[in-house]
Amino acid sequence: MAASLDAAQGLISRRRARRFGGALALLGTPIGFFLAVYLAALAALFVSAFWTVNSFTGELQHVWTWSNFTTLWHGSIYRTVALRTIGIAAAVTITDALLAFPFAYFMARVAGPRVRAALFVLTLLPLWASYLARVYAWRLILDHDGLLNWSLQKVGLPAANIAYTNTAVWIVFSYIWLPFMILPVYAALERIPHSYLEASRDLGARGGRTLRSVILPLALPGVVAGSIFTFSLTLGDYITPLLVGGGGGTQFIGNVVYDSVNISSNLPFAAAYATVPLVVMGAYLLTARRLGAFEAL
Amino acid sequence: MERRSTKIALAAFTALVLAFLYVPIALVCVYAFNKSNVQSWPIAGFTTKWFSPAIHDTAMQTSLWLSLKAAAFATLAALVLGTMAAFGVHRFRFFGRELVSFVLVLPIALPGIITGMALNSYFTFWKVNFSLVTIVIGHATFCVVIVYNNVLARLRRVPASLEEASMDLGANRFQTFRLVTLPTISTALVSGALLAFALSFDEVIVTTFTAGAQNTLPLWILGSIRLGQQLPKVNVVVFLILAFTVVPVLLAQRLTRESGILRTE
Amino acid sequence: MTKVTWALCAIVAVALAFPAAGVTKQTGGTLNMIAWEGYLQPQWVTPFQKQTGCTIKPKYAGSSDEMVTLMRSGGGSQYDMVSASGDASLRLIYGHDVQTVDPSKVPDFKNFGKAFQSPPNNTVGGKHYGISLQWGPNTLLYNTKKVTPAPTSWSVIYSPKYKGKITVPDNPIQIADAALYLMKTKPSLGIKDSYELNPAQFTATINLLKQQKPLIKKYWALASDEIDLFKNGDATVGAAWPYQTNTLIAAKAPVKDLVPKEGATGWLDTWMVSAHTKNLACAYKWLAYVSTPKVQAEQAIYFGETPVNSKACPIMDKLSKGSCEQYHANAPLKYFKQIYFWKTPIADCGNGQKNCMDYTKWQQAWTQLKG
Repeated sequence: MAASLDAAQGLISRRRARRFGGALALLGTPIGFFLAVYLAALAALFVSAFWTVNSFTGELQHVWTWSNFTTLWHGSIYRTVALRTIGIAAAVTITDALLAFPFAYFMARVAGPRVRAALFVLTLLPLWASYLARVYAWRLILDHDGLLNWSLQKVGLPAANIAYTNTAVWIVFSYIWLPFMILPVYAALERIPHSYLEASRDLGARGGRTLRSVILPLALPGVVAGSIFTFSLTLGDYITPLLVGGGGGTQFIGNVVYDSVNISSNLPFAAAYATVPLVVMGAYLLTARRLGAFEAL
Repeated sequence: MERRSTKIALAAFTALVLAFLYVPIALVCVYAFNKSNVQSWPIAGFTTKWFSPAIHDTAMQTSLWLSLKAAAFATLAALVLGTMAAFGVHRFRFFGRELVSFVLVLPIALPGIITGMALNSYFTFWKVNFSLVTIVIGHATFCVVIVYNNVLARLRRVPASLEEASMDLGANRFQTFRLVTLPTISTALVSGALLAFALSFDEVIVTTFTAGAQNTLPLWILGSIRLGQQLPKVNVVVFLILAFTVVPVLLAQRLTRESGILRTE
Repeated sequence: MTKVTWALCAIVAVALAFPAAGVTKQTGGTLNMIAWEGYLQPQWVTPFQKQTGCTIKPKYAGSSDEMVTLMRSGGGSQYDMVSASGDASLRLIYGHDVQTVDPSKVPDFKNFGKAFQSPPNNTVGGKHYGISLQWGPNTLLYNTKKVTPAPTSWSVIYSPKYKGKITVPDNPIQIADAALYLMKTKPSLGIKDSYELNPAQFTATINLLKQQKPLIKKYWALASDEIDLFKNGDATVGAAWPYQTNTLIAAKAPVKDLVPKEGATGWLDTWMVSAHTKNLACAYKWLAYVSTPKVQAEQAIYFGETPVNSKACPIMDKLSKGSCEQYHANAPLKYFKQIYFWKTPIADCGNGQKNCMDYTKWQQAWTQLKG
């Protein structure tokens, strides 16, 4: 009896060791890659935020200082730009959520299989048409003599003056990130078992109630997952503001960071300012995890 | 289930969203035939004169080839690393399991400019020459999570009994993996690979920092946009690429639909 | 896996094994060059590649700052040559990013105007760090139909008359343009050099730019930005390079440009060679080629600038009648003195004072200004 118990315990501990070894083997490579390359690079970048650079020669000075952060703190422009970026990112997220939800709902629960397949392909296809070309095409639409004003004129409305303003940036960001919001929301909606909705109906709830109490809570992880994309992509992008923004008062965090590193050659300052999106996204990710978004990515 | 009027309203809304998504793309395709090299509305006239110069532009060809190679290798790396990570997290319980998901999602959750700057200064520090390798590394960081999530979601829906049954029937671990596990996750791999390829192929920001003097297709497009002299060429290239990718995307959609595991509970 | 999938994999594997399609066979080396938009047109690059077997890969940059950063990227090993303006060249020289060149290897060097053989922005301590290329002004561009009467002064871009239709470059060096305007219109400020501004002068300049900000439609960062702005009715007047003017006129937009009565800032460009280049032979071939009268003439007409080679004038007139006069290739000195060439602002004011604003302050002020 004791011998077989020992043998069993030995078997269990060998199994556990094998499991751990197995886990190590499987996870070792990917995590190793991330640790050695990505995380190390990130750490090095944020360490350099505490250094400075010689403005004339561009050489990094390895002198520890808080000066980058004090410049950020005291310069009102950096606060303005950060708030503007976060504000527009939130606006883009909400816009995309509102646009994506009915679309994804139709795709997941109303459309027939052929239509659903077609819609899925149509949602993915824009990702293959160059981001730059599509953003540039928006200039044609929003320009003073562009498609939008031409259409407004035809209907007798006054011309809009949207080109190169924050409104233009908001519209184009919402446009570009829309597929990234549709996909996770669609996946979440598609996963809702039909039986849930039937049960809800059997319990007496009409459409609106079912939507509020059953569908929306179940789709929320998908929306949050999509919002991770829309939020983070807006926080760091500099190309869209460069192409369709550019008037006074349209700088985004991405522009300031990009200008700092590619134009002023001031990597430490860029790294210091980059802590803003880092902190914002870090907080956002932690909240998203609570809401179950990671499973819905 | 829903009222008829709701269905119609939803269909109409979907059509509007589709129009919103495709008007700019339609403009790109139409302006590939623009007579003038400067874009303005309405179009200056139609011509096909840009097609031949665009296709024969050696700078464009080189950059297209580089983009394809980078995307292929990045997708391959993502497939391998992402699948390994998904299996590791699914099979074993260990301390820090949640952390793995968090770390893997970071490259896609943090703005690309941060990844780009970090990798750029890291490579410069270690005196690594900017080449295809650095581009692929940059892309792989955010491609891994796409495959990882797809495979993990699929693994969670596949009953473990399938593998056990296979092994009971005498197959060893490798045979089980090849003949039972791999087919069940195959469609997840395909859709993950397709999305990863698309993201890598069109990536601009991280690539700006990791490509050095080389041009991927998006970087070539950015250079042409700067110049402002040959915009129709850019439109031609985008138009042709779009035309070429419709087929693989359709094909992939077909594949993932037919042989997938049960899609509803 | 299905047969189809195996087939697809096989195709992909085979395709990847093939060398890149369309890459020209390189008999010479490859030159990675950083250049202003319009400096590496196929018109003169293709014959060069055919003649010498060297391949040129252009990277366009819109400001001197970008050029300096690109040149330094990857430890300085990424790019072989750069067409640096005066405000970048000294930074590159002092940062040890470029190497000395031997003018005797450039046959046309002796035909350069005296002022361009050893200008202070590329010759330090008697050593040449590059070969002068072309020079030109930052012009005032306007829509002839919408801006009447035709402007003669920079005041038009600071006045509310064209509010919301004005564009200026998104470049901190633009502060010098405003300083130049103040130098001529407010002599009481005592600005002697638009790149050497003490704190009081700097504040006054920034205030002028702040007043201008609500009038601006867009601060253009890419050459194509300005082209689109003018072509599509978003801007009717602004500061530009002649390159945009020429492109717009070719696209039948009703525009014209001029150097206003106050004068203008400008740039004197030098082709510099990286200190870490691996293709010195090709680099010298390019330096020689781009200095020949024919190429100087072609580039001058295309971009709208003035060549440094005095023998280019007759060729310019042959290519485009009257262009020699139009771009002042035949009487450069008087015109030359009207232009205040870009240079990097440093703290040393040059007259014993050391409290001038250095370029970092210019960059910070510019970011602050744009908002």
